[in-house]
Amino acid sequence: MTNVIPTSQKHSGTGLRTLAEKVWDNHLVTKGEDGTPDLIYIDLHLLHEVTSPQAFDGLRLSNRMLRRPDLTIATEDHNTPTLAIDKPIADLTSRTQIETLRRNCAEYGVRLHSLGDIEQGIVHVVGPQLGLTQPGITVVCGDSHTSTHGAFGAMALGIGTSEVEHVMATQTLPLNPFKTMAITVNGRLRTGVTAKDIILAVIAKIGTGGGAGYVLEYRGEAIRALSMEGRMTICNMSIEAGARAGMVAPDQVTYDYLDGRAHAPRGADWDAAVAYWETLATDEGATYDAEVIIDANDLEPFVTWGTNPGQGVSLSGSVPNPADIVDANERSAAERALEYMDLAAGTPMKNIRVDTVFLGSCTNSRVEDLRAAAEIIKGKTKAEGLRMMVVPGSARVRIEAEAEGLDQIFLDFGAEWRFAGCSMCLGMNPDQLEPGERCASTSNRNFEGRQGKGGRTHLVSPLVAAATAIRGTLSSPWDLDQAGDQ
Amino acid sequence: MQKFTTVTGIAVPLRRSNVDTDQIIPAVYLKRVTRTGFEDALFAAWRLDPDFVINKTEYQGGRVLIAGADFGIGSSREHAVWALRDYGFDVVLSPRFGDIFRGNAGKQGLLAGQISEADAETLWNLAERAPGVELTVDLVGKTVRVGDLTVNFQIDDYTRWRLLEGLDDIGLTLRDEARIKEFEGTRESWLPRTLPALSAGSARVNLQ
Repeated sequence: MTNVIPTSQKHSGTGLRTLAEKVWDNHLVTKGEDGTPDLIYIDLHLLHEVTSPQAFDGLRLSNRMLRRPDLTIATEDHNTPTLAIDKPIADLTSRTQIETLRRNCAEYGVRLHSLGDIEQGIVHVVGPQLGLTQPGITVVCGDSHTSTHGAFGAMALGIGTSEVEHVMATQTLPLNPFKTMAITVNGRLRTGVTAKDIILAVIAKIGTGGGAGYVLEYRGEAIRALSMEGRMTICNMSIEAGARAGMVAPDQVTYDYLDGRAHAPRGADWDAAVAYWETLATDEGATYDAEVIIDANDLEPFVTWGTNPGQGVSLSGSVPNPADIVDANERSAAERALEYMDLAAGTPMKNIRVDTVFLGSCTNSRVEDLRAAAEIIKGKTKAEGLRMMVVPGSARVRIEAEAEGLDQIFLDFGAEWRFAGCSMCLGMNPDQLEPGERCASTSNRNFEGRQGKGGRTHLVSPLVAAATAIRGTLSSPWDLDQAGDQ
Repeated sequence: MQKFTTVTGIAVPLRRSNVDTDQIIPAVYLKRVTRTGFEDALFAAWRLDPDFVINKTEYQGGRVLIAGADFGIGSSREHAVWALRDYGFDVVLSPRFGDIFRGNAGKQGLLAGQISEADAETLWNLAERAPGVELTVDLVGKTVRVGDLTVNFQIDDYTRWRLLEGLDDIGLTLRDEARIKEFEGTRESWLPRTLPALSAGSARVNLQ
């Protein structure tokens, strides 16, 4: 990029910079002075129905224009049903919200992918699949899981509705510089252990506030070995550690994913883009404000027992005893969590029986996730009485999965095969848990009531979700092999 | 936005950490397209319990919420701030905030002040022993006062200045519009654009 503005090299004093600092510097419109924030240019603004209506209203009230419709794109995801999408939305408040998005997009000239459109789906699945999410760009969306896009080496931030309006009006955001944290994952994952297990282990290690104020950069051999889908799963949950963003430096895996996608650069543009992308990796010798090291060799399938994503343990472990927790606040949080989850301390995680398995969400709903789960359940029988919902992340993912015959594998198994959307991740559309219902979910949040009032959530990988659907209790593919199931 | 200098109001002790925005306002309330009218949604699930702190008569009309660490983590929903404001809170004090929540608060005239764990404990004890006690939160001096007790809170200088002046962020940024335009002139032509819309194929969704 030509618009690189030299910075004060605030972090290292050596001129050596991390990935996050480079992307930041390349988007500096004005440098803040005397405690004022930097003004950062935004390359891509993603919209959905829930956090945009009040922002459009704000624009209208102040007679402001949408500055860059050509850097803005919208989709319908949070609030939409995943059945009967050719019918009008039954819930009137939801229908109004969707219709409001459609009206706003028409009025302001925003590209919108509506229900029934092949590019409709979860906003964080749509951006990458279109090739709009690219290395070294800045991406924002009124959704905390915008961190997903950092997998490409983009600086991707979840923002609130006031900030959505700010980006609409100015294509910039005033932001304070972040601290940087390296999350180095050494070694190699064993078969049956996935990107989801890495990030659940990271959050359990640093806590839900451990990343506050930081941009996390995931690096190391185990991260390099991951597909783009796996990297997206990891960056997606950076917010669950309290971080503003998570990033992975782009490499050949990134380029191969992007090459040929609808909005990826072509020809000479591709070469120019790759030349820029190649400059992004953290300089050798650059320093981070903090570093965390994880050994992938030791990792096992991971699962949460409590009501925040930091309350996790290896699947081979047990529900912890709050009495063993030293910190008083964490101890009382654990006590509350066990009461809400209706779990007794010391219960082996594998003894926990679930009612529902949810495979979907912006964390794990890409075709690779569906493929991995389908491979486990193929030819197997679903546990009696258990409900399994499979919700592709986008209409395109659904079509790709159907072309591979994955839908038939899920249907033969007894799972429900749904249309694309956020679905049961957030308890806002018709897909919700009943009070007391227990779910193994590939989503990102196990907060109280997150998947429906009174619902109980265990966060798991797609592989654990699949194995659990077979056995009826929290399980990994390792348990299937050992038990010689079916 | 109204200028914020000092607020005196009833302290509400919320003795919980990790209060995520799904607890502050559950997702079912996010279907509305308005910016106001969310007071009934605040802590909706917890309010079903008659013993929950804001259901108690002595804390009615509370304006200063004292919460545990990691308040406002999780979802970016600004509705969480709107619900707190609509209910009547002007101030939330906590040892640590979710980043996005803290940013949203500053845009809506909700003061999110960071206090130490020890001071949170002191204020909880005070508000529990003397329910209905009023605190004075002074943004100029960055203090919380009650009787002889003074506790300091932290807030970043820029947010504090904007709150004190009641300034609109977008208006401030647009003062730099010439610089934004100049920056746009240097952006590479190959950077992604959403328009014209391109698609990778003509497959159709079978809606059945």
